[in-house]
Amino acid sequence: MSSGQPSYKEYGLSRKEYEQIKNILSRKPNNLELALFGVMWSEHCSYKHSKKTLRLLPTEGKQVVVGPGENAGVVDIGDDLGIAMKVESHNHPSAVEPYQGAATGVGGIIRDIFTMGARPIGLLNSLRFGEFDQDRVPYLFNNVISGIADYGNCVGIPTVGGEVYFEGAYAGNPLVNVMCVGVVKKNEVMLGTAGQPGNIVLAAGAATGRDGIQGASFASEELGEDTEEDRPAVQVGDPFLEKLLIEATLEAFSTDAVIGIQDMGAAGLTSSSCEMAARSGVGMELDLLSLPLRDENIEPWEIMLSESQERMLIVCEEERVDEIKSVYNKWDLEAEVIGRVTDDGQLRIKKGKDTLAEVPARFLADDAPEYDPPAKRPEYLDKVENFSHHQLDLEKNKNYSNILLKLISRPNIISRSWIYEQFDHMVRNNTVLLPGSDAAVLRIKGTDKAAALAMDGNGRYCYADPREGARLSVFEAARNVVCSGACPLAVTDCLNFGSPENPEIFWQFKESVKGIGEACRELGISVISGNVSFYNESRSQAVYPTPVIGMLGVIDDVNNYTDRAFKNPGDIIVLCGKTKGHLGSSEYLKMIQEDENVYYPPSIDCEKELKLHELILDAVKSNIINSAHDCSDGGLATALSECCLSGSLGAKLDIKIDGMPPEAYLFGEDQSRIIISLNERDLDDFKMLARRYNIDLTLLGHVCSKPRLVIGNYIDLFLEEMNDKWSKNFADLPS
Amino acid sequence: MWKVEVIVRLKQNLLDPQGKAVEGAMNNLGYVDIENVRAGKFFEFDLTSSLERKSAELKADDICSKLLANPVIEDYNFTLTEVL
Amino acid sequence: MKFGVVVFPGSNCDQDCFYALNNVLEVPVNYIWHRNQNLEDYDCIVLPGGFSYGDYLRPGAIARFSPVIESVVNYVEKGGLVLGICNGFQILLEAGLLPGAMIKNESLKFVCRDIYLRVESTESPFTEDCEEGEILSMPVAHKDGNYFIDEENLIKLKERDQIVLRYVSSDGTENETGNPNGAIDNIAAITNRQRNVLGMMPHPERSVEKLLGSGSEDGLKLLLSAVSFIKERG
Repeated sequence: MSSGQPSYKEYGLSRKEYEQIKNILSRKPNNLELALFGVMWSEHCSYKHSKKTLRLLPTEGKQVVVGPGENAGVVDIGDDLGIAMKVESHNHPSAVEPYQGAATGVGGIIRDIFTMGARPIGLLNSLRFGEFDQDRVPYLFNNVISGIADYGNCVGIPTVGGEVYFEGAYAGNPLVNVMCVGVVKKNEVMLGTAGQPGNIVLAAGAATGRDGIQGASFASEELGEDTEEDRPAVQVGDPFLEKLLIEATLEAFSTDAVIGIQDMGAAGLTSSSCEMAARSGVGMELDLLSLPLRDENIEPWEIMLSESQERMLIVCEEERVDEIKSVYNKWDLEAEVIGRVTDDGQLRIKKGKDTLAEVPARFLADDAPEYDPPAKRPEYLDKVENFSHHQLDLEKNKNYSNILLKLISRPNIISRSWIYEQFDHMVRNNTVLLPGSDAAVLRIKGTDKAAALAMDGNGRYCYADPREGARLSVFEAARNVVCSGACPLAVTDCLNFGSPENPEIFWQFKESVKGIGEACRELGISVISGNVSFYNESRSQAVYPTPVIGMLGVIDDVNNYTDRAFKNPGDIIVLCGKTKGHLGSSEYLKMIQEDENVYYPPSIDCEKELKLHELILDAVKSNIINSAHDCSDGGLATALSECCLSGSLGAKLDIKIDGMPPEAYLFGEDQSRIIISLNERDLDDFKMLARRYNIDLTLLGHVCSKPRLVIGNYIDLFLEEMNDKWSKNFADLPS
Repeated sequence: MWKVEVIVRLKQNLLDPQGKAVEGAMNNLGYVDIENVRAGKFFEFDLTSSLERKSAELKADDICSKLLANPVIEDYNFTLTEVL
Repeated sequence: MKFGVVVFPGSNCDQDCFYALNNVLEVPVNYIWHRNQNLEDYDCIVLPGGFSYGDYLRPGAIARFSPVIESVVNYVEKGGLVLGICNGFQILLEAGLLPGAMIKNESLKFVCRDIYLRVESTESPFTEDCEEGEILSMPVAHKDGNYFIDEENLIKLKERDQIVLRYVSSDGTENETGNPNGAIDNIAAITNRQRNVLGMMPHPERSVEKLLGSGSEDGLKLLLSAVSFIKERG
């Protein structure tokens, strides 16, 4: 630490911000105070570049119990219950130390959920890496999966779904987004409030050490050349301690002694204390001498900025301190009184008798300046075109069977069983639908209901058209829960972008947010929580704009759910929705493309999409369909392959392709299409429903016991050879 | 005070998949003249009470055999260094 | 009749075991905190799965020193029924209540999937309602399920009919694909010489409702077996 004049730049503050601080305090801030502002006003904590834009999102619906602003969002699912839901990113730590980066990402998001009073019931993850054969990618991938597996499994929360993508744009900047959901009684939701002056503040859980010092500011900068040396900025997780923390905290809640609680996440003690105080319009005084420390020599600024994992800040009345302490002690955890709530609105940091820092809590927590960065439409968008079928090599005799085999062996398409078998996806006895379908389905004990969960994004679509791509991502996520029989209810979004100081990237950000907002409004659902991760770029190559949508849907009767596997030989296979053969930005095009051109993603007819949802949900409720799977990456042929391979059944499809090249029909990624299978006797009822909702149906063929996929004269493959390619372990992929 | 350092090894007759995996990784890095990689565990702790070497050794041995190593599948050895 | 499910710091499947016994089998069941040493009234003690003490040091190595285990040892000597599932099995091995030890899965990875088991012995209270050679299906979820025992003691296990369940493929044959972790002789569950203690890596408590997962209810068979054994014993 330099002595003498504190340099605001060292703390990541701009001159303007420094002047603002001087103004409010009516004096120069000292070093410690500068550190507090530096971290609270960093991008990661204050969202200063994104706050204004995020207001475009619909966050208030009548089912929203808690919207953005608390540790997690909560939505009403009926039966007096709410579901708490949130997604977090841990991109930068995972780039440096993938195992711990991913593990602590899981730990952090779980804390956000149980801090709301909710019992965590499921985890999902959305992961993006460079191409599988690129340098370092297998290392990052393997360690991220291990990190997530080891932490989630130890803590006893099932990891039930998610997505993984490999795309050159993410080389050097992996995206690790983790989502958690929990169940809470509506009248038992806990908030991060400090209550009245006189209340006592406790720190519970792990001791504080030097972990992740300035991790927040670190995330606000691009990854430079010597990042490997930055290891001290990486936090190490202890899932065992977290498990104890979950049980102790939920038990503490049941005593009714806890007034408010917040987990110490980014900017640890600083953010939790000033935010809790600010929410209640009160102040907080903390004595660092009382805080359990791991390191004797740790300095006050290190204590305040420490991101040691598995710590909670708790507020309770004085009379109930012992009660809370004894609950934590029972679980072999420490819970120490470290301060009290005051009436002067200041966050006061003391060390025994000495006051080390004193700043208005609200100013620190809420009044970081909001920026409206310049946004400029990127020039590359002028070159984006529509992909025309004429650009395909239209030589007639293509071996579409071989093409399909190649497509389903791609890392973006192959079976994810190698991944999810490393996750305990059954613990807690709620997993109705095993991973490998379009959404995860978890029953809600004590009700007839189930929650359907999915995470979806498409960076390629968003790069070609940020607004439309974001919109498509929301609809894709909604369609996935619909395919399990659930009505989409709420969204948590993770927005992964490059630097907001680059006007072109900020333009992508704004457009994506607009797209998400539009789609949510069209679906009639709210965004109840979310996360923004900026600065995902290195050496000025930014990731594709990648909004990731976490979707929650509710199934009213858990016995009426669907999955994508074909069930019975003889079942009729029907395609709902129209095929136009859109190949722009598709996985197939990526496979065959030789130029660097960017092509528009498919468009979506929102009205048709909504009607499609109603059709499927109605059909599931009436119990007339046996399987449902939407067409996305790899198009219709890929989706059909997945239905066959999941069900270990063949299919014979009498398709004659007319009016477009076969590959456009087979591999195009037109939106709003769902493949269903049903018993012949239910076909008329289904046709009637389709007429009511005005959805085009194409009878494709039927399910066979013979293990072969036959699509007209175009594709004829044995399931065995398909499975050989599709079920390949990621471990066996060439790297 | 005694500084105790313990090495716990998988018994020789047991298959060591972890060691095998590490050996494969070494080979992949170009170290093709490496064989017989076995993975084990390392523990260190301070024995703070003032004891004679013999008593300290007995105590350390007790800790190793009861807790740090599983005698069904692991062997151990330890060293004691006096810290003044 | 009363079942007890022990809860260690880090146990995860205690609530699942409780739910299976309380809600599905509808038998009286209590949680037993690991510091509790009074096991008198229980007809069967269940050591559930999970990550007691984070699996730190070795799975089960620290939990086996919990106060409750001392009581479990006495309880076993008096003939009490004990079922150790997954981490529970690991604790029984570390405590010496069952012979052998667990090492890391051959793949070095955690494995969570449905597997098939063949009933090798119906001489256990947990399998007496099964048929020898019967094939059961239920999930495994573990990283350290690779059961090991030396040659000499493996021979004894076989001679004394202490191997209760083996991993098999869906057609009932023992082979590499059917074994999820490399366990010696495809051993999935063993009993002690008195036959009152059973340790198993697969999770019967996850296989009690058609609604969940693969829809198998084979876990029920094992638990109901124990229930009828207790009833008969009176």
